[in-house]
Amino acid sequence: MPMTLAEKIVARAAGRSQVVPGEIVTCAVDLAMIHDSGGPRRVVPILKRFGVGLWDPKKVVLISDHYIPANDEETRRIGEVTRKFAAENALAGFYDGEGICHVVLPERGHLKPGMFVVGGDSHSPTGGAFGAYMFGVGATEMAGVLATGEIWLAVPETIEIEWLGRFGSGVVAKDVMLYLCGQLGMEGGRSQAVHFRGEAIRSLDMQERMTLSNMTAELGGQAGLVDPDETTTAFIRAAGAEPGDIAQWRSDPDSAPSERHRYDAAALAPQVAAPHSPANAAPVGEFGSVAIDVAHVGACTGAKIVDLRMAARVLKGRKVAPGVSLLVAPASRRDQEAAACDGTLQILVDAGAKLLPNACGMCAGYGGGELDENATCVSSIARNFKGRMGTASARIYLGSPYTVAASAVRGRITDPREML
Amino acid sequence: MTQTNHGRAFVFGDGIDTDVLAPGLYMKYPIATIAQHCLESIDPDFVKNVRTGDVVVAGMGFGIGSSREQAPEALKHLGVAAVLARSFGGIFYRNALNLGLPVLVCDAVDGIGAGDLVHVDAATGVIDNQTRGTRLSAKPLPPFLLAMIHDGGLVPHLEKRFAQGRVTGSSGIQDRLGSTIPIP
Ligand code: SF4
Repeated sequence: MPMTLAEKIVARAAGRSQVVPGEIVTCAVDLAMIHDSGGPRRVVPILKRFGVGLWDPKKVVLISDHYIPANDEETRRIGEVTRKFAAENALAGFYDGEGICHVVLPERGHLKPGMFVVGGDSHSPTGGAFGAYMFGVGATEMAGVLATGEIWLAVPETIEIEWLGRFGSGVVAKDVMLYLCGQLGMEGGRSQAVHFRGEAIRSLDMQERMTLSNMTAELGGQAGLVDPDETTTAFIRAAGAEPGDIAQWRSDPDSAPSERHRYDAAALAPQVAAPHSPANAAPVGEFGSVAIDVAHVGACTGAKIVDLRMAARVLKGRKVAPGVSLLVAPASRRDQEAAACDGTLQILVDAGAKLLPNACGMCAGYGGGELDENATCVSSIARNFKGRMGTASARIYLGSPYTVAASAVRGRITDPREML
Repeated sequence: MTQTNHGRAFVFGDGIDTDVLAPGLYMKYPIATIAQHCLESIDPDFVKNVRTGDVVVAGMGFGIGSSREQAPEALKHLGVAAVLARSFGGIFYRNALNLGLPVLVCDAVDGIGAGDLVHVDAATGVIDNQTRGTRLSAKPLPPFLLAMIHDGGLVPHLEKRFAQGRVTGSSGIQDRLGSTIPIP
């Protein structure tokens, strides 16, 4: 029987030749990713209760990003617990302050097509950009995975989302995902596998695909897959890893997705989502009257090197509007270095941007106080729930890095196409 | 713990997300602190009013958002005995069950008003609204998940298995926990 890409990966992990959506299987985990917030500080006490260690430290990657930099007693303690865990276990990788987990994981060559990966974070579908089945779980379930190397799964249905043609100038993956959240809602993915296909998707570079897969979380999908191709293998090789045989990791021609959606890429306008949900998305033109206090380029979703370059394209030779602060938190140290090398960073700083650490920072809202009471912020992060950035009274609008940068210049939400 | 629960209903709408249940600002603190801020951005009195055995009732997408387990943990900490909703965020749903908090998919939540006294049987999915004298139904949880909830969640459940030395090997978690699960 023909299978979809998601079914093929799950079947392989379950040691089966065939699986059917809805069926319950136990999968062997190829890789587990944990971070400082949901990782050691929460799983270690559980492992102690089990009286066991990691099932296979060589299949565990630990990344500190949520409580970076430590700024008080609690966060320092969290950092210590995290480093101690790394010192005691010969992990496949430990990255401390190197950037945000979803960006660092593939950047260091840990992801390959066909892998079955569990992440201790809700944006774990990001790994699907590499044709891996990666999804998020909470700390208790992660402790179970770390102890046993296994997890149960209801074989997902596949929801195919195809983008025909090419995106227009100034329209990027972030706009695609906000549009889809608006169209299908935050439960459109029904905890199933979303599979992005079509010419417009194939034309995206790896980090743009990561943005798509990342925001599958907002779309309510369990995983967000993209077919691996030469773009994928080139990225993996540049990260120092071997992609392996990718030909098998695509849906069989006659496989049956449970839903199919088709969109015309050329017709898509930049999107903005109003507070307090990514599903409140509409074309950017509808928000022209919204004045902003803060413009934020940050997070795994919106501050990778491609995102920084987008912001720089708009900001080159321009200045941030008086009274507006532009905050930029490059998603990883390597991406920040790349931005420093090619002049991107200088453009941002010249425009008036303030640089923040390579970490979740304001996106997690764990520090608090970054936004003033009642502030209006436009940000490239993934979700704008009430209180997301640490201040419940703040109003957060979501947009692409292009849109955030253009809005910073005008002091109100602006269609970036006017400045490209 | 018991699989039958009995308490007053606290009713919420659609899309109650994990930032509302466990605000990021308090995430670095222990659960007792986080729980004091549970739902405060939409109902500042919830924490003050909720008592052990009470039931949270909501619409679509309860617990959408982050993977933070403190979202269901805060509810459990406050004594919430069960959550009934039209649908749940996928990770929240797994997290709640792993923590031993019964979460039931129920299309008939409109039949429950704020403060109604309700009786929830997670095994049968039968919900008695004692205030209104009506009976509603939710999707029952399959036996193996009920067993996990009965043990107090995934940790005590696996702990039991580890103590019996039955965890490693090819039998798999599925065999250890049962044979079927519901799809959230
Ligand atoms: S940057 Fe934001 S969305 Fe990404 S992992 Fe950190 S907190 Fe989560």
